[in-house]
Amino acid sequence: MEGSTSGRHSTVAEQAELEVGVPGGAVPPDAGNRPPTKAVEGSSTWSLLDRLGLAFCWFLGLLFCAIAVSIVVFLLIQGIQYLKVSQLTTPAAAGFTEGESGGFSDAFIGTLILGAMGITLALPIGVAIAVWLVEYGRPRALARVTELTIEAIAGIPSIVLALFGTVIFTSTALSFLSRSNEGVVFGRSFFAASSMLALEALPLIVASTREGLNAIPRHVREASYAVGKTKAATTRRILLPTARPQIATGGMLGLGRIIGDTAIILVLLGATQNFSPVEGAPFPLNYLRGAGTSLTNFVYEASPTGNLNQPQKAYAAAFVLLLLVLGLNAATDLVHRRAKRVGTWSH
Amino acid sequence: MEEELQSEYGPKWSDQRVERMLGALVLAMVALLLALIVTVFINGWPSFAHNGLSWFGPGGSPDDQLSEVAQSAEGGAGYVYTFHAWPLIWSTFLICVGSVLLGLVTALFISVFLIEFAPTWMSNILRPVVRFLASVPSVIYGLLGVLVLVPFIGNHLISEPQKASVAGIISLTGYSLMAAVIILTIMIAPLMVSIFTDALSSVKAGWLEGSLALGVNRWRTIWKIGVRAARPAIVAGTVLALARAIGESVMLAMISGSTAFAPNPADGLIFIYEPSRPLAPTIVKSIDQLSSPPAKATLFAIAAFLLFSAAMFSLAGWATRRSMAKYGAA
Repeated sequence: MEGSTSGRHSTVAEQAELEVGVPGGAVPPDAGNRPPTKAVEGSSTWSLLDRLGLAFCWFLGLLFCAIAVSIVVFLLIQGIQYLKVSQLTTPAAAGFTEGESGGFSDAFIGTLILGAMGITLALPIGVAIAVWLVEYGRPRALARVTELTIEAIAGIPSIVLALFGTVIFTSTALSFLSRSNEGVVFGRSFFAASSMLALEALPLIVASTREGLNAIPRHVREASYAVGKTKAATTRRILLPTARPQIATGGMLGLGRIIGDTAIILVLLGATQNFSPVEGAPFPLNYLRGAGTSLTNFVYEASPTGNLNQPQKAYAAAFVLLLLVLGLNAATDLVHRRAKRVGTWSH
Repeated sequence: MEEELQSEYGPKWSDQRVERMLGALVLAMVALLLALIVTVFINGWPSFAHNGLSWFGPGGSPDDQLSEVAQSAEGGAGYVYTFHAWPLIWSTFLICVGSVLLGLVTALFISVFLIEFAPTWMSNILRPVVRFLASVPSVIYGLLGVLVLVPFIGNHLISEPQKASVAGIISLTGYSLMAAVIILTIMIAPLMVSIFTDALSSVKAGWLEGSLALGVNRWRTIWKIGVRAARPAIVAGTVLALARAIGESVMLAMISGSTAFAPNPADGLIFIYEPSRPLAPTIVKSIDQLSSPPAKATLFAIAAFLLFSAAMFSLAGWATRRSMAKYGAA
């Protein structure tokens, strides 16, 4: 069980775990019901230095709150000011002023496509790896190596993943995944970007799913074997449904990572602010094989340091992006709260 | 039901087959990682081979060198690989160490506050806030940095005499070490807080109670007993944050100033206002030159350097955590 708090990316899962009580015996059982020391001693008897320290704690805590509030409020004000519904329905166009150059509908849709494709790729693979690690995990050496691999993937800078992607997806063997011209493979497509983004989301999903599976007591599995179920059937019918909240949490954390990434999209997808479908391919494939854009890419290019330099529209797109992230956060919270109410094994 | 039984007991989902399928997937993942490492190093090798150890050393401007390298593909006179990355490495070092140190102090105090001192209403606010700050996309931090923090630093913090004093060398506009460090701290501190609070909350209650029973006040108890017991997790969290900071590219590409300049602390405090550019943003900025083979080798060499250092830090953190899990303290 020592790996139940593995990946450094399982931030939210671990945070929420604090409230539930960390499963798997990683925490001494009495950690949760520490006596209510707060009522016992106030800070009035402390020395000045200790009190200054506590004041510094309060200052930093309030500073964090202030930063978060000011980010949200600032983007809200800018968003209300500059965001128009028409921007979400009109694609970007060439133009000299912010009024002429259209909206960012392609970027918005691109983000949705990337999120959907990335998560459909990452979720099954991540869950499968977690199941293997927790339920099978033989030989031990391979399990150790796999843990290391997942940890290493989590630690790879996304720009390095992006460069690796350029090597894979410009190979002629994979030319069917992007545009190719006279034998030269372009290598930028939704397929290329979303598969590398899936790699980025994978460690989060694995870590969260492992936590969920580790939290299920041994006797549940034994009861299932006792009535004659195979290991595979137990996993599918008992373990995965029980760990569903954690899997969902991991998926949403991964989705957040996919939506928020810029470096991979810049290298493996961007190049335009519009879809550029490949000619001669059937409908969804022609768009997915072509280059495109996403909200993060649009914000990057529209910021004063980018190529477009349209700060107003950058604010508007950033506001939409922030709303997506906030929505995801709220959904993650909801899943956790519901899991707590319904009562999973992690109690 | 009949069908379900079939599928559960039938040969299709037999245990051995499932185990083999999952095992194959896991092996594929391991192979993919190995392929990534090998690919990055092989592609970057020409740049290392031509420069030797001077790749890491100073000498000339990496910007000029990079554009020369990129253009040498068209000249026909053979590829040029000369590249001395020191200003970029130095900038990476300054920004990462600065923000990790700042983040360490911040995260420690906030974690202690969250675990021990914050009233319930406060921790109910602060926990989601920390989670939120960790989940804001880096490009939004970059945008806010460019449009809010950078102009503020440029217009209000840097005085005119300071600008004039370095006018011949570099122009101070607000794109600076300071802006980069501040924003990077906000990005990595939440990560550290989540690891630290985990560790602090799993310190055995009896240890803390023992200290309290001896008459030590709560503030000193949590620092002398709690934080000390959680030290390995604190080291691990710091190292992981360092790995994250090294890999940050987009936000830094936007606000670090994008000139390969090495700010010199010996110049006095003015160096925190000077622009620079770390390694990862260099790749982002030069990504269009990927079609030229020598430039590609140079960029992959940078990526290999990043990969190596980030992996080393991640592994160090993982090993620390793992070794302490034995004692139940992490």
